[in-house]
Amino acid sequence: MTSEVENKPVFCTESAKELVKELRASFATGKTKSYEWRLTQLNAMVKMMEEKEPQIVAALHDDLSKPELESSIYEIAMLKNSCRLAVKNMKHWMMPEKAKTSLVTFPSSAEIVSEPLGVVLVISAWNYPFLFSLDPIVGAIAAGNAIVLKPSEIAPATSLLLARLVAEYLDSSCIKVVEGAVPETAALLEQKWDKILYTGNGRVARIVMAAAAKHLTPVVMELGGKCPVIVDSDINLQVATRRIIAGKWGCNNGQACISPDYIITMKDYAQKLIDSFKYELERFYGKNPLESKDLSRIVNSNHFARLSKLLDEDKVSSKIVHGGERDKENLKITPTILLDVPRDSLIMNEEIFGPLLPVFLVDKVEDSFDVINSGTKPLAAYLFTNKKKLKEKFVATVSAGGLVINDTTVHLAEPTLPFGGVGDSGMGAYHGKFSFDAFSHKKAVLYRGFACDAFVRYPPYTRGKLGLLRALFDGSILGIIRALLGWSKA
Amino acid sequence: MLSSMEKSIAELRETFKNGGTKSISWRKSQLKALLQLINQNEDSIFKALDQDLGKSPVESYRDEVGVLKKSVTYTLSCLEKWVAPKKAEVPLLFFPAKAEVMPQPLGVVLIFSSWNFPFTLALDPLIGAISAGNTVLLKPSDLAPACMSFLVETIPKYLDNKAVKVLAGGADIGERLLQLKWDKIFFTGSPRVGRLVMAAAAKHLTPVTLELGGKSPAIVDTLSTTPSKAKVTAKRIVGGKWGPCTGQACIAIDYVLVEEKLASTLIELLKKTIKRFYGENIKSLKNISRIVNKHQFQRLVNLLKDPNVADSIVYGGSVDEEKLVIEPTILLDPPLDSEIMSEEIFGPLLPIITLKNIEESIDFINSKSNPLVIYAFTEDDTFKKRILSETSSGTVTFNDSMVQFLCDSLPFGGVGQSGFGRYHGKYSFDTFSHEKSIMHRGFYPEIEPRYPPWTDFKLLFLKLAYQFDYFGLILLLLGFKRS
Repeated sequence: MTSEVENKPVFCTESAKELVKELRASFATGKTKSYEWRLTQLNAMVKMMEEKEPQIVAALHDDLSKPELESSIYEIAMLKNSCRLAVKNMKHWMMPEKAKTSLVTFPSSAEIVSEPLGVVLVISAWNYPFLFSLDPIVGAIAAGNAIVLKPSEIAPATSLLLARLVAEYLDSSCIKVVEGAVPETAALLEQKWDKILYTGNGRVARIVMAAAAKHLTPVVMELGGKCPVIVDSDINLQVATRRIIAGKWGCNNGQACISPDYIITMKDYAQKLIDSFKYELERFYGKNPLESKDLSRIVNSNHFARLSKLLDEDKVSSKIVHGGERDKENLKITPTILLDVPRDSLIMNEEIFGPLLPVFLVDKVEDSFDVINSGTKPLAAYLFTNKKKLKEKFVATVSAGGLVINDTTVHLAEPTLPFGGVGDSGMGAYHGKFSFDAFSHKKAVLYRGFACDAFVRYPPYTRGKLGLLRALFDGSILGIIRALLGWSKA
Repeated sequence: MLSSMEKSIAELRETFKNGGTKSISWRKSQLKALLQLINQNEDSIFKALDQDLGKSPVESYRDEVGVLKKSVTYTLSCLEKWVAPKKAEVPLLFFPAKAEVMPQPLGVVLIFSSWNFPFTLALDPLIGAISAGNTVLLKPSDLAPACMSFLVETIPKYLDNKAVKVLAGGADIGERLLQLKWDKIFFTGSPRVGRLVMAAAAKHLTPVTLELGGKSPAIVDTLSTTPSKAKVTAKRIVGGKWGPCTGQACIAIDYVLVEEKLASTLIELLKKTIKRFYGENIKSLKNISRIVNKHQFQRLVNLLKDPNVADSIVYGGSVDEEKLVIEPTILLDPPLDSEIMSEEIFGPLLPIITLKNIEESIDFINSKSNPLVIYAFTEDDTFKKRILSETSSGTVTFNDSMVQFLCDSLPFGGVGQSGFGRYHGKYSFDTFSHEKSIMHRGFYPEIEPRYPPWTDFKLLFLKLAYQFDYFGLILLLLGFKRS
């Protein structure tokens, strides 16, 4: 359904309207609410990944030159885990949660019932085009919704494959894929959705939220930011370096929302750190990283140009201490480290989203917190140290979506942790049960009986009733007795 | 040159940045001070509510003062528990590692409150914002001017001025506030203004909670049980319609659904109850609030202008423009396409819609947008289950009205057009917090297969690791599994 291909209908506002109408009708039949339907869809997703792994890996390689291991593990295996966790726990998640009641509403019982929101829209990103498309959908299915997925056009092979696989394996009357670019997305955003989950950048997020505002649609925004890594001097340098490399160049070559964006370390320690990076980078990617098969490429020429601009800025270009080689034709940039970049440079103010790692210097490690807090709140922040007090201060003062101490990015794989941002890095969270919750309405239910009708609620309003109400709200049995006996003040 | 508004907000930011609101002792001191404010100024609060809305002290205590005191007390007793980080389970694969989720304040928050419960809707969110450690700008509604003035004058006398500010003013002040960047906006009001608030928030990616409204129906299926249950049903309907601010409440009963054959029974019961509670006619009206202002009065009067609607009035209908009073009015089957049946009434007019079979209420309710509450008076368990699973609303209350508002353990909020986000009890604390994930790792042991250069062995290792297939991993490491 793309507008570029001849003989295919253009996906416009009318088409979007019809699509939502169709899904609303499907949702109204109650089909997606049944446990069996949800289970079938999730199991079908696992089957899809088992049967089509080579095609998925190939599409990711087409779009991003993503190494097979990254595709298999960071996209497919993670998604399979997500499905399996939902399948295992869904029955429990779907059960109403009992809520306590107090004297004020005695006698009564209460519970919180999870119900699907209805018809939801998932807008995915290009860097983990498979994972960010289907992982939210796992939550939406588990919660019983009908779904439209809009994959990113910047990863076209994966987008096409997703459209085919979803049609082949999942229930197309309730789960649909709309491919396309800005016009198609705009047409979708004009419609009324019961929830929108958007993964991407802050600029488009504002457009999505403004469109959602017209229909009072709640949103989850998974955005990004500059994820800092503070490196203290008293650590196992080799392990720290390797973990930073794994989180930076090992994650789609730095094109990931939780990739370490920049490093903060002490002036005295910087050289040691950089030497360690140089050594480990060569061990991982060889002497000629432009030829390494273990690095994704830059996704397209726009981003290549954007990254080149960051490197070519006058005050920064002389700060390159490692790498910096580029291959424009093949969209490759080698792992690049810059030392002592100025605070007001572009590279220190824009989210890098690429294989460039600036190292920012401070006098003492405690100064890092001010550096981080002077910018917008990132999606993640990392600290390598053995000092207990520093860890405590980090946790207490740095506001970010998530924090990891002595590692990078691994919190993403932990389904018991909510994954989401704060401030400019986003709102709302998902993963594990948080995905189920993100796509559910938690309906409060109060059961009352007819016995003990508290006359004190109703008119005529008298001073006696006022006294009794006070006692009732205070929850004091003695107070109530006194009020009933007329002994307390009104 | 900063305006005084911008200076105030800069001060709130500075206070937050300096950690002035972080400590539990600060939060507790503010909550205690709020409790003192309420306790020491009850009479002034009653007076302001009488002035703005004609509320009687009992109604004011029941719906505002008492609710707030309960809320603060509950929050004080739970705060330490809420602030504590929650442990999260970590799989063996990551050993040794520790994971937790820690609530953090969002920063500087903006609270817009509404005119109908000018204290509850301003201070209950404030309790949540303070307990979560934020600095706050509160913008009460100028449509309840005496209450707004009271808040502007009194809050600075009890709370920390550098962290909690109150701004008086109308829609223009509201618009100016919305241009600025906040870390959260909490809005109670109409869906129309809710859209404007969210659109403004979108410019700064500010998360919002919108507490809106809708047409909250009451399904009545308990009139042919026992006479006493029927009487209690009528009392609770009357109490749920005209009790809260004469129907000007987001959770007031908007309209009633009842079976045709029981309509006259219901109407008789309602009439008797209304007369007992509020007086025989408009001249002797008592124990009830008035309409807030001429604009709302006119809007309600206009709902009755349609001749087909006017014809359906079976009780009441009299109005007193000078006193801004409309007597409790019941309508029987007004046209379904009339404004009174498509707009949220927010006033003392109660349409009764008759159905052949009470089960039809489900489709009727679903033909309208999701309400904030569905009230259902029924003892039929099957019907209850159907209502729960086939309709969608913020809350469902069985066999009563209004009281769900008092439950600290139940989330209070809407869905669809009735809003999103929720508060009350711990939900208030959560709504003004960011739940930060934290993972602590050690340097040992190291999992080599995490790092390039990639090999088939590493791929298989990671596949097994991600499946938490520890047995498979052991086999692989011992050489019994091949890649």
